Amino acid sequence: MGAIIQYVQSYLDPNVKVTPGAAGNLFWALVYIMLVFGGLSVAVIAMNWLERKILAHMQVRLGPMRVGPHGLLQPIADAIKLLLKEDIMPAEADGLVFWMAPLIVVLAAFTVFVVVPFGPTHAITDMNIGILFMLGVSSLSVLGIVMAGWASNSHYPLIGALRSSAQMVSYEVAMGLAVVSAILMTSLNAEGTGTLSMIGIVQAQLAQHEWFIFKFFPLGLVAFFIFAVAMVAETNRAPFDLAEAESELTAGFHTEYSGFRWSLFFLAEYSAMIAVSSIAVTLWLGGWLRPFPNLLNGTPWDQIFSLFPGVTFLFFAAICFYNTVRMPKHPLFRIQTIGLAGFGVVLGLIGLILFVPPVSVRIQDIFWFSSKVAGFMYLYIWYRGTFPRYRFDQLMQMGWKVLLPMGLGVLILTASVALLQQKIWHP
Amino acid sequence: MAPVATPFFFYLFAAIMLIGGILVITQKNAVHSALALIVLLLAQASIYLMLYAPFVAGAQIILYAGGIMVLFLFVIMLVSIERSMKERQFNSQWLVGIVAATALGGLFIAVYLKGKNIFPDHVLPVVENDNTQKVATLLYGQYMFAFEIASLLLLVAIIGAVVMAKKRI
Amino acid sequence: MESMLHITTLHYLVLGAALFLLGVIGVLTRRNVVIVLMSIELILNAVNLNLVAFSRIWGPVNGQVFAIFIITDAAAEAAVGLGILIAFFRNKETVNIDEVNLLKW
Repeated sequence: MGAIIQYVQSYLDPNVKVTPGAAGNLFWALVYIMLVFGGLSVAVIAMNWLERKILAHMQVRLGPMRVGPHGLLQPIADAIKLLLKEDIMPAEADGLVFWMAPLIVVLAAFTVFVVVPFGPTHAITDMNIGILFMLGVSSLSVLGIVMAGWASNSHYPLIGALRSSAQMVSYEVAMGLAVVSAILMTSLNAEGTGTLSMIGIVQAQLAQHEWFIFKFFPLGLVAFFIFAVAMVAETNRAPFDLAEAESELTAGFHTEYSGFRWSLFFLAEYSAMIAVSSIAVTLWLGGWLRPFPNLLNGTPWDQIFSLFPGVTFLFFAAICFYNTVRMPKHPLFRIQTIGLAGFGVVLGLIGLILFVPPVSVRIQDIFWFSSKVAGFMYLYIWYRGTFPRYRFDQLMQMGWKVLLPMGLGVLILTASVALLQQKIWHP
Repeated sequence: MAPVATPFFFYLFAAIMLIGGILVITQKNAVHSALALIVLLLAQASIYLMLYAPFVAGAQIILYAGGIMVLFLFVIMLVSIERSMKERQFNSQWLVGIVAATALGGLFIAVYLKGKNIFPDHVLPVVENDNTQKVATLLYGQYMFAFEIASLLLLVAIIGAVVMAKKRI
Repeated sequence: MESMLHITTLHYLVLGAALFLLGVIGVLTRRNVVIVLMSIELILNAVNLNLVAFSRIWGPVNGQVFAIFIITDAAAEAAVGLGILIAFFRNKETVNIDEVNLLKW
C-alpha cells in the first residue's frame, strides 16, 4: 500500500521532468489519455451550450432557457435525443464505407491530442515531430469527409463532400506555410537548432523571451493572421461553411447521417476546432506561458497571476448567484432556481479548491493554455455571428490567390530578417 | 526510450500491410481498393517509426495518405465505376503475370543469397532526437540540386495535370 | 522460432519484396486503370520501405532523404496519371485499360 502511494506521489511531484510517453510509463500515459479524453468531451458539451447562448445574445434573443436553468441542460438533452434517434442508412449506399466515414473523422480529430502540450510535462507524449504529426493526422479527416459524401449515394452529400474536401485541402497549404514560418523562429535561440516538437516550440518562446506573435513585428502577426483564417476554413466553420450550412446544400456531406453517426461528425468538428486552436496557441501565443512574463516579472506579479484560476471560477460562481437572484419568483421556477444556485455553489467550490497551494502550483500551465484556447473558441462563435458566408469560388480564390502568396511572402521575409539578425546584428 | 515489444508490432503491421496489399489488387470496387491502400500507407508509417525514421513517417502521412489518396478518391468518384464493377476484373494474361512475378521473386531471392554477407550482424541503437535535423542537413546540403529539380518536377506536374484535365485548351 | 523473434534486416526486405510482387501482379493483371495506378503506388512504397530499412542499418540518413524524394515523385506521377485518365475517360467513357487501343494496327 505504501508502495502504491509512493508511486502515485512520484508522478504528482511538480519536479517531474518528462512526459509519460517519453518516460515509457504506460499507466500514467493511460491516465493522461483518460483525462484529455474526458476534458475534451466536457469542452465539446460546453461549446455546444456556449455557441447557442452566445449566438443568441449576439442576435438579440435569449437562446435555450427552458431545459435547465438558462438552458444549461440543453446539451445533455441533445445528446439523449441523438442517442435514441433511428439509425437510417440510404438504400443503395455502400455499407462498409458509410459505417467507416464517421469513424475516420473522429479518429483523426482525437488522435491529434496525443501531442498537445498543456504544460512543460503535461502532454501525453512529446514526439520530436509533434507539429508535423498534428498537421498530418488532421489532414486524414478529409478522407472521412470524401467517404461520407460518396457513400451516401445522393447528389447533395456528394457535392458537399467534394466542395468541403477541396476547401480543406486548399487551406492546408496556407496553414503549412504559416506553420513553417513559425518553426523558423524556433531556431533563433542560443543553440541555433530549431525543433518540431510542441513542447520545444513553447520552450523556444520562453528562451527568446518573446511570444512568436510579436517577433519581428509585423511578420509574426501576419503569419498568425494567415493561420487564424486558414484554420477557420480548415474546420468548415463560418464564414467558410458553404459546404455544410443548412440553407445552402441541406447540410452537405452529413445530410444522410442521423442519430449517433451525426453526433460523431459534430464531435469531430468541435474537436478539430479545439485542435487547430491548440496549434495556434502553441506556435504563436506562447502555449502555457502566462501573459507579460518580461514586463511584469518578479515574485509579487507571479503570485498575482497565480490567483487567476481561482478568481475566474469565483467570477463564474458570482454570475450564477446574480442570475439566481434575478430568476422569476414563481413556484414553477423553483427547481430551476435551486439548480442554478447549486451550479453556482459547485463552481465556487472549484474556485476555492484552485486557491489551495498544492493544486494551484500544478494548475497554472493548464489554466493559461485552456483559457487561450477558450478565447479562440469565443472568436469562432463571434465569426459565426458576424460574417456573411463566402461563395465557393470566392473561398477557393482567397485560399489560393490571397493566403498562399501572403504565406510565401511572410516565409521569405521571416527567413531574411532572421538571417540578418544572426549575421549582422548579433554575429 | 527503449523499443518495446518490437516483434509483436512488426508482425502486426506487416500482416496489416500484406492483407491490405492483397485487398488492393483483388477488390472489385475501386473505392474499397483505395481504402485498403490508405490502411496500408498508415501501417507503413508505423513501420517507419519503428525504423527510427519519424520525419519520413510524418511525410508519408501528410503527403501519401492525406494528399495522394484524396486525389485518387476524387478521381474514382468523378469517373463512374458502376459499369466497371460489372465487367470482368482480371485480364486474359493473368497467368503470364503471375509467372512473371514469381520469376521476379526468384530473382530477389537469388540477389539476397548472393549478397547477404554485407549486412552487419548487430545494429547500433539509434537516437532519434535529431533525425529531422540530420535529414534537413542532407536535404539542403548535399542534395540541394535534387531538391530544386524536385520542385521543378512538381511545377511541371501541376501544369501538366491542369492542361490534361481542361475541357478546352 | 527464436530467430523469428529478433527482427533483423531480412524481415524488412522480405516485407518489401512481398509488397513489390503484389504491386507487380496488380499492374499486370487488373483491367481497371485506377487500380493499376494504385498498384504502381504499392510498388513505390515497397521501394521506400527498402530504402528506409537500409538507412537504419548503415547509420547516415541518405536513404530517408531518397525516400522523401520518391514520395514527392509519386505525388507528381499520380497527379499526371490521373489527369491523363480523366482526359481518356472523357473520350471513351470507360476505365478499362484494354480499350486504350486507338494506335493498334
